Amino acid sequence: MDTLLPLDDRGGPAQPLLLARGLRKHFPVGGGLFGRNRKVVRAVDDLTLSVAKGETLGVVGESGCGKSTVARLLIRLIRPDQGTVVLDGDPVDEPHGITVSELRRQVQMVFQDSYASLNPRLTIGETLAFAPKAHGVPAEEARERVRDLLAKVGLDPNNYADRYPHELSGGQRQRVNIARALALRPRLVILDEAVSALDKSVEAQVLNMLVDLKTELGLTYLFISHDLNVVQYLSDRVLVMYLGKIVELGPVEAIYGDPQHPYTRALLSARPSMDPRKRTREAPIQGDPPNPIDPPSGCRFRTRCPFAEDVCARVEPALADTGAQAVACHMRVACSGHSKAA
Amino acid sequence: MALQSPSLELGASAMQPAAATATRGYWMSVGRRLRRDPVTLVCAGILILIVASSLAAPWLGLADPYKTSMIRRLYPLGSPGHLLGTDELGRDMLARLIYGGRLSLFMGVTPVACALLIGGLLGITAGFLGGRVNMLIMRVMDVFYAFPSVLLAISLSGAMGAGAENTLLALTLVFIPPVCRVSESVTTQVRGFDFVDAARASGAGTLTIVRVHVLGNVLGPILVYATSLISVAIILAAGLSFLGLGVKPPEPEWGLMLNTLRQAIYVNSILAALPGVMIFVTSICFNLMSDGLRAAMDVKA
Repeated sequence: MDTLLPLDDRGGPAQPLLLARGLRKHFPVGGGLFGRNRKVVRAVDDLTLSVAKGETLGVVGESGCGKSTVARLLIRLIRPDQGTVVLDGDPVDEPHGITVSELRRQVQMVFQDSYASLNPRLTIGETLAFAPKAHGVPAEEARERVRDLLAKVGLDPNNYADRYPHELSGGQRQRVNIARALALRPRLVILDEAVSALDKSVEAQVLNMLVDLKTELGLTYLFISHDLNVVQYLSDRVLVMYLGKIVELGPVEAIYGDPQHPYTRALLSARPSMDPRKRTREAPIQGDPPNPIDPPSGCRFRTRCPFAEDVCARVEPALADTGAQAVACHMRVACSGHSKAA
Repeated sequence: MALQSPSLELGASAMQPAAATATRGYWMSVGRRLRRDPVTLVCAGILILIVASSLAAPWLGLADPYKTSMIRRLYPLGSPGHLLGTDELGRDMLARLIYGGRLSLFMGVTPVACALLIGGLLGITAGFLGGRVNMLIMRVMDVFYAFPSVLLAISLSGAMGAGAENTLLALTLVFIPPVCRVSESVTTQVRGFDFVDAARASGAGTLTIVRVHVLGNVLGPILVYATSLISVAIILAAGLSFLGLGVKPPEPEWGLMLNTLRQAIYVNSILAALPGVMIFVTSICFNLMSDGLRAAMDVKA
C-alpha cells in the first residue's frame, strides 16, 4: 500500500533537522555589456541558521529583507552562490551527501499566493497526486492518498477532489496548498507567508490546523511571515532578518519579552496595539530600508538606528550570544567600541 | 489575538458543499462561450463547408477540372452546365475552385502545423529553460524576423525553385519565428507562476513538469495564434503561386487561378475575381474564428 513511507529520523533528536551554513545569494541586476560593472542585490548574505527537530522557527522582517529568498534557497528553487545546506547530517548536492531531489522529498514549501500556486487547468485531485506520482506512487495509491490528504486539511474528498482551483475560496485553496506540501510526507515544511493573504478569521482556522497537523504528523516548521503576532503564536524560536542578515535570533519569549537589537525593538513597538491607551504615536523607525544593491558599510541597520556611532559604520557586528538570544549589535558586545556597549 | 477559535471549527465553512452548478472544467466553459458567439459560429460553418467540399470533391459529381475546351472559354456565371462559368482555357470554374481548395488549404494548414511543432517546441524550450538557451534560440529567431515575411517567403521559394514542396518548406521557415516567439513569451509567463515552483519543489523532472503544468497552460494561446497564421499562409501561398513560384499549372490552386485569369479581367471581371473571393472568405473566416477563440479563452476563472 505505502510506496512512500514517512522517513525515519537519522541523527537523533539533538541533531538539527536542517542546518544552513554561510548561505549567500546575490542577484545580478542590469549591469554593463559583457558583465562589466555588474551590480548585485545582496538578497541573502552569509546566513547561518539551524532548525531543530520538531520546532517551529519563525522568520520575521520587513518586505524585501530576503525572507523568501532564504526559503527558496533552503529548498533549492534557487542555487546559493555560496554556503551549504545540511539535512539531518547529510549535506545537500555535495559528494557523500543527498541529492536535491532527496532534499525536496523531505522539505516542502507552501507559497503565499494560493491562486498562483495552483495550476488552473488541473483539478485539486490531480494537483495533489502530481508529486506522489512523480515519485513513483502508483495511480490507485495516489488517489487514495489524495483523499487522505484532503481529509487531513479539512476538505471533504468527495466534494473537492474533482474541482478546479477557481471554484475554491482563498482559505480552501491554501488548505489544498498545505495538503500538497504534505503529499510527500516531508519532515520540514517551509511556510512562506502561507497565511498572510487570508482573512483574519480564515487565517486563524488555517493556523490552528497547522498546529494540529504538526503534532499529528511530527512535522517541523520554518514559518516565514511579516506578521509578528502570528509568528509569536506559532513559533518556538524567532529569527529577525534585516537586509539579508540575521540581526537577532532566539527563543520566542526572549525576542518578544526582551528584544536586544534596536531593529527588533522598533519592529515590536510598531505593532498595532489592541489597547487604545497604548496607542503607537510615532513611527519608531524612520524611512525605508536602504537599497540592498549598495547596503551600508558596517552594521546594515545603522542608517536608521537611533544609536548609530562611528564604530557601526566601520565594523560589521557579528551575531553574538547574549544569554537568552544571539544579537548582531555593537551595543551588546563589551569592548566593541560603542559608547553604550554592555 | 484572535487565534483562539477552536480547531474543530476549521472545516465548518470549508466542508459546505458548493453549488451544483459550479463550472466544470476550463475547456467546457470555453465551448459554452463559443456557442454563444454567432460570428465565430458562422465562420466555423463556412470553413467546415469549404474544407468538407474540397475533401469530398471527387465524389461531388463535378466536371473534370483539367478538361479544357477552346470553344467554351470564359463563359459567364450561371451558364448552363457551368454554374460559375469557365476559365480562360474553358475549364469548369466550380470544379476548379472546389478542387483548388484542396491545394490552397493544404498549403495554408501544413506550414502552420509544421511551424507549430518546431516553433512551439523551440519556444517552450527557450521559455522554460531561460538563460543562455533562451538567448541562443531567440536571437536566431530574431535574424529570421529581420526580414519581412513575404520577402522571406519569396526569396526562399525563389532560391529553392518553384514547386509545392519548396513553397511548403519556405512557408514553414517563415512561420517558425513568430510561433516560437509567441510560445516563448507565454511559457516565460507561465513559468513565473508559483505552481511551477511548487512542482519543481516536489522533485519532479523537467519533462514531467512541462508536460503536466506548462503545456496545458500555453497550448491554448499558441493554437489561437496559429489559427490566425493559417489565413496568412493561404494568402502567402496564393501569392507565391501567383508569382509563379508555387504550384505549377495546370494544378487548380486559388492563387495560380487568380494569376491565369488576370488577362480576363476586362472580359469577365467577376469570373476573374472568384479565386480571390475564395481566398478572402477563407482567410477572413480563419481570422475571425481565431479572434473568437481568443475571446472565449481569455476569461480567468
